[in-house]
Amino acid sequence: MRLSPKQSTLLVLAVLMIASPFFFPSNYYYRVGSLVFVNAIAVVGIVILTGYAGQISLGHAGFLGIGGYACALLPAHFGLPPALAVVAGAAISGAIAYVVGRPILKLKGYYLAVATLGFGVLVSMVLANEGWLTGGPDGIKVPDPGIRALLEQVGIELTNPQFWYAFCGLVLFIGAWLALNLRESPTGRALRALHGSEVAARTAGIDIAKAKLNAFVISAVYASVAGSLLALQNRLITPDVAGFMHSIELVTMAVLGGAGSVLGGIFGAALLTLLPQVLTVLQDYEHVVLGLVMMGVMIFLPAGLIPSARRLLRGRGE
Amino acid sequence: MSLLQVEGLGISFGGVTAVNDVSFALDQGKIVSVIGPNGAGKTTLFNMISGVYLPKSGKVRLDGEDVTGLRPDLLAVRGMSRTFQNLQIFQEMSVLENVIVGFHMHERGPVLADLFALPGSRKRARAAAEGARVLLERVGLERAAEREAGALSYGALKRLEIARALAARPRVLLLDEPAAGCNAVETEEIDRLICEVAKTGVAILLVEHDMKLVMRLSDTIVVLDHGEKIAEGDPAVVSRDPRVIEAYLGAGTTEALHAHG
Ligand SMILES: Nc1ncnc2c1ncn2[C@@H]1O[C@H](COP(=O)(O)OP(=O)(O)OP(=O)(O)O)[C@@H](O)[C@H]1O
Ligand SMILES: [Mg+2]
Repeated sequence: MRLSPKQSTLLVLAVLMIASPFFFPSNYYYRVGSLVFVNAIAVVGIVILTGYAGQISLGHAGFLGIGGYACALLPAHFGLPPALAVVAGAAISGAIAYVVGRPILKLKGYYLAVATLGFGVLVSMVLANEGWLTGGPDGIKVPDPGIRALLEQVGIELTNPQFWYAFCGLVLFIGAWLALNLRESPTGRALRALHGSEVAARTAGIDIAKAKLNAFVISAVYASVAGSLLALQNRLITPDVAGFMHSIELVTMAVLGGAGSVLGGIFGAALLTLLPQVLTVLQDYEHVVLGLVMMGVMIFLPAGLIPSARRLLRGRGE
Repeated sequence: MSLLQVEGLGISFGGVTAVNDVSFALDQGKIVSVIGPNGAGKTTLFNMISGVYLPKSGKVRLDGEDVTGLRPDLLAVRGMSRTFQNLQIFQEMSVLENVIVGFHMHERGPVLADLFALPGSRKRARAAAEGARVLLERVGLERAAEREAGALSYGALKRLEIARALAARPRVLLLDEPAAGCNAVETEEIDRLICEVAKTGVAILLVEHDMKLVMRLSDTIVVLDHGEKIAEGDPAVVSRDPRVIEAYLGAGTTEALHAHG
């Protein structure tokens, strides 16, 4: 039996997620792994927005911030259970993306880039400056969702890092599954079509404004969930999460791994999360090497790592 | 009343008039060709009819409804479809997927159903894929279905665009130079295809420089020169019109009208 691209991507992902812990020398690696997963969740959203639909956002960390602060503020002020705050945060992010996206997505190219950048900056400024609500630049405490305690009651005992590794991994897996479903669906095809040619997409009956808005809202929900998971496992959220640098990082991860491919995006997230950890041995040269790796990939493999690798393999197979 | 009515359509770019006061009508199952020298305004006329450009003056009526300046996707819903002179292909998609996109209006559904790959969504996608294969066969591209569209030859891409346009099940089909860059065999196929489509009742508006093709296929020919309609009528009459001959002589294509293609 031959696996479809969707099935093989999910299989690779599941195997890597389950097999990796066997090589973890210490608990700390679970923590790194769950950070990879959190970034990857947000990057899968970017893959939908940028890779499928061809629209750029340099402000997506703003939605991570909204998702993260939702987990701090909604339980504190409205008594919402933290786990439900994830869902509420996603809904708020989706609603804000809808309102912001409608005017912004009329813009193209670097105009869109600057407008989304403005949105991201706005969110991080509000989070940093409205100290009475958000705790200001030092951030704010986030309550424990209590899922691990619940699992313990049914006999599943995990250390805290193990739990977050498993939980974020599961969410990423579901996120990847949804994104892969979307890719081959009418909605996803419409996104990829308008990426290829807006005028041809429109003459095929695609409402491109609505299609772009769909992509923007969906990707905002991904980012929001990622932000919530980050906040919950750190038990703390600071405005940096929503910062400009984080937005850039997410886009870089997607592009480096291959923006059009879900697996590529996840791989890019893993690479850019792990590489700095590995490169710390180089000390002063860490950032130089990191920059060179990024430039090298873009010059020699402009389609990104995973699509380029796939093309190589396919070329050999024929 | 005619299916498509163009009334006094005009547009200018930066003060320069590209199309001025052009009118004609197109009925079900008929083929009307728009000819004229390079830069006469044929593509611009297409762009106004299909909602890509907003005309400065005049009206477009589809089945009696005023659709002037309506968005292309809304025109598509009302049964208008087109191909492009400068190819507009979804390069990163497979040949099959390019045609499936043409089925968008028939396969679209709720976003959540698509995200969760619910049976309804999969069924719609499968139906579109089946329809797309039939159309690819019709334009002779069935063997290229799984290839990346960007890898096809120019002539093949022209036919791919026709297949994609047909996928929308149009009532009015605008073809902008479908035979450009095609060899004799491919032109023959396109000739046959256009005839077949017209026979099914689709109204076809054709822009084409291959005069042999135009003379054979057209019920009516509209001649544009410098954005103005200078003649209209059946092929035999138009090809003898002195103003038409002069326009072509002026453009230096003496033999264009005499079926050398
Ligand atoms: N978007 C635009 N902006 C400025 N000028 C334009 C634009 N579109 C068309 N024109 C001008 O309008 C005139 C008509 O162009 P058009 O492309 O419609 O000609 P055509 O009859 O299709 O020619 P061809 O046979 O070469 O395809 C040309 O002078 C062209 O430069
Ligand atoms: Mg033209």
